[in-house]
Amino acid sequence: MASLEIKNISKRFGKVVALSQVDFHVEDGEFCVLLGPSGCGKSTLLEIIAGLTHQDEGTVFIDDRSVTNLSPRERDVAMVFQNYALYPHMTVAQNLGFGLRMRGMPSEMIGKKIMETARLLGITELLDRRPKELSGGQRQRVAMGRALARRPNIFLLDEPLSNLDARLRVSVRLELKKLHERIQTTILYVTHDQVEAMTLGDKVVVMREGKVHQIDPPQIIYNKPADTFVATFIGSPMINLFKGIMTEQEGRFILKAEDFHLEYVHGDLHVGNGELEIGIRPEDITVSHEPAKGLRATVEMVTDVGAEKYIHTKLGSTSLTAKAAKEESFQIGETISLGINPSHLHFFHDGRRI
Amino acid sequence: MSRGFWTKTVFIFGVSLAAAFSLVPFLLFVSSAFKTQTQVTSIPPQWWPDFSLKFFRSALKNYGIMHYLVNSIIVAGTTTLVTISFGAFGGYALARLKKRWAHLILMGILACAMFPQIAIAGPIWRFLQMMGWLNTYQGLVLPYVALTLPLAIWILTLFFHEIPRELESASLVDGCTRFGAFIRVVLPLSTPGLFTASILCFIYAWNEFFLALLIMTDPARQTMPVGIALFQGEHTVPWGEIAAASFLTTAPLVLMVLVFQRRIVTGLSAGAVKG
Repeated sequence: MASLEIKNISKRFGKVVALSQVDFHVEDGEFCVLLGPSGCGKSTLLEIIAGLTHQDEGTVFIDDRSVTNLSPRERDVAMVFQNYALYPHMTVAQNLGFGLRMRGMPSEMIGKKIMETARLLGITELLDRRPKELSGGQRQRVAMGRALARRPNIFLLDEPLSNLDARLRVSVRLELKKLHERIQTTILYVTHDQVEAMTLGDKVVVMREGKVHQIDPPQIIYNKPADTFVATFIGSPMINLFKGIMTEQEGRFILKAEDFHLEYVHGDLHVGNGELEIGIRPEDITVSHEPAKGLRATVEMVTDVGAEKYIHTKLGSTSLTAKAAKEESFQIGETISLGINPSHLHFFHDGRRI
Repeated sequence: MSRGFWTKTVFIFGVSLAAAFSLVPFLLFVSSAFKTQTQVTSIPPQWWPDFSLKFFRSALKNYGIMHYLVNSIIVAGTTTLVTISFGAFGGYALARLKKRWAHLILMGILACAMFPQIAIAGPIWRFLQMMGWLNTYQGLVLPYVALTLPLAIWILTLFFHEIPRELESASLVDGCTRFGAFIRVVLPLSTPGLFTASILCFIYAWNEFFLALLIMTDPARQTMPVGIALFQGEHTVPWGEIAAASFLTTAPLVLMVLVFQRRIVTGLSAGAVKG
C-alpha cells in the first residue's frame, strides 16, 4: 500500500496533446476514480503511472519517491486491463501466480497465495482452466486476481467492467467496493461511466482532453460541479443549462432568461451583473399540472424509465427536463407548470462555477 | 438435383484432380523404391510393387546414403535453428516498430529475397573461398540462412503483430523485463508461426540443390539431393536406388509436417482478450 502523487504530468503523441499538466494526489488506501469521456487521456495516465509509457514532463511519486526512472517491474504496481489481457497459454492458477513467479517467490508460497486469492474471489474451481474456457465475468475475476495476488503498492484498473454485460457490471461493481473495504489498498480506477465513478470512488478526478477539470468526492462533484463540462458530464438525465442575465433591483436579484425570469433571494451569492450560464438538475425542478403557479411550459416528450419519468418541456425556446414520479402522467402538448427552487441553481461564468 | 449437390461434386472432382496431378509422380517413385530390379524396367510399367527392400539395402550399402542424410540433417537443422532465432528477434522488432519504418524495412527484406540464385552464386562462392568455408557446414548454412531469413521474418512479423500489446504490458507490470515478456509471453503464443516458419525453412534447406552442388564438392560433406543426383555412373542410371534414396529423403519431411500439423493450432491466442 502506498500513496500516489501525480505532479504536472504532460504527454504528447505527435501533435496530439494527450495530457496537459495533470496534477493530483491519491491517499494511501483511497479509492480514486479517473472519470472522463473516451480519449481524454486517462488510460495514457495509467500507463505512465505503471511505467509502460513515459511522460514528456512531470513526475510520478509513489510514497513520496519519484518513480520516473524505474521500470514497471520496480514500481510494484498492478494493473487490470480493459480486455483483461490474461495469458492464454497459461491456466488460471498460472495466470494468478505469474507475477509472483517473476518476482522470485518460492513455489510453495506461490501456491498458497494463489489459493488465498482464488478463495477471496470465489474462483477456486476455475484454477485448472484456461482463459478461453471462461466466461466474461470469470475472466474479469481472474484479471482482478492476477493483480491482487501480488498485493502491490497500487492497483491501476483500466475500465475493468466495460466488457461485462449490464447486470454483471452492477454486481461486480458492488463486489469491487466490498473488496476494497476488505483489503484497504490504494486504487486508481479509470472509467467513462459516471455511475461507476459515483458509486465506487472516495474521490473522483474528472478529466477532459488531457486536462483535469475537478477533483472532489462524488457528492461534491455532483452537487457543486466546477464547470459546465463536469455539470453536463455527470448526472442522468443531463443537467439543464440555459443562458440568463442577473440583475439587482432594490436588493432583490432577478434572473432573466430568454423566455422567463426568476427571483433569486440567496443574498450571499455574488454572481455580479451580466451574462451567466445557469444549470438546474432535472430532479430539482418540480412539475405540476396546475398552470397557475410557477413557470408555464409545454410537454414535448415523456421518457418513462420505469422507476421514474423524465418530462422534456419547452419554455419558449428553452428546453428543460424535469423528473417526475412514476405514478404521474403527462400528455404531449399539455401545458404544465414548473417549479424551480432558486437555491438549487448552479451559476457558471465563462464555463466556470461561480 | 440441388445446386448444392453439383457444387459439391465439381468441388470434389477438382480437388481430386489437383491432388492426383501432384501425387502421381510422387507415388510412382515411392512404388519404384519398393520394386525389384526386374519390376522397375518392366514394360508395361507395374504400379503395385512387391515391397522388396533390396533397393534400400543397396542404396544404404553401395551408395552410402547414410552420411548424405546426416549432412542434410546437420545443414537443414542448423539453418532452421539460426534462421528462426534471428527471424524471431527481427520479426518482433519489426512488429513493434513504427508502422512506416517497419513497412519500409519489410519491403527491403522482401527485395533481398528476389535476387535470382544464379546471380548471387558467384559472389557467394568467392566469399566462401576467401573465408576458407567451401566444403564446410557453415559454408552452406550461411547462404541458406540468408536466403530463408526474409521468409521467416515475414511470417513471424505477421504473427507477432497479431499478439495483443496488452499481454506484453501485463507481463511487464507483472515483473518481466522486455526480453522476459518476449520469451515468456510473445514466443509461446507464436508457436504456430514459429512452426510454420521452421518447417518452410527446413524444407528449403533440405531440398536445396544448386548451392549445395556448388559449395560441397567433397562427397563427405554433400547433402542428400546432391548425393542422389550423383548416383548415376557413366553408363548406369540406378533408378531403383535413386527412388529408394528419394523416398528416404522425402519421408522425414512428410512425417515432420504430419507431426507438427497438429501443433500448428491456429487461434491459440483465443481467450487472451475479449472474445
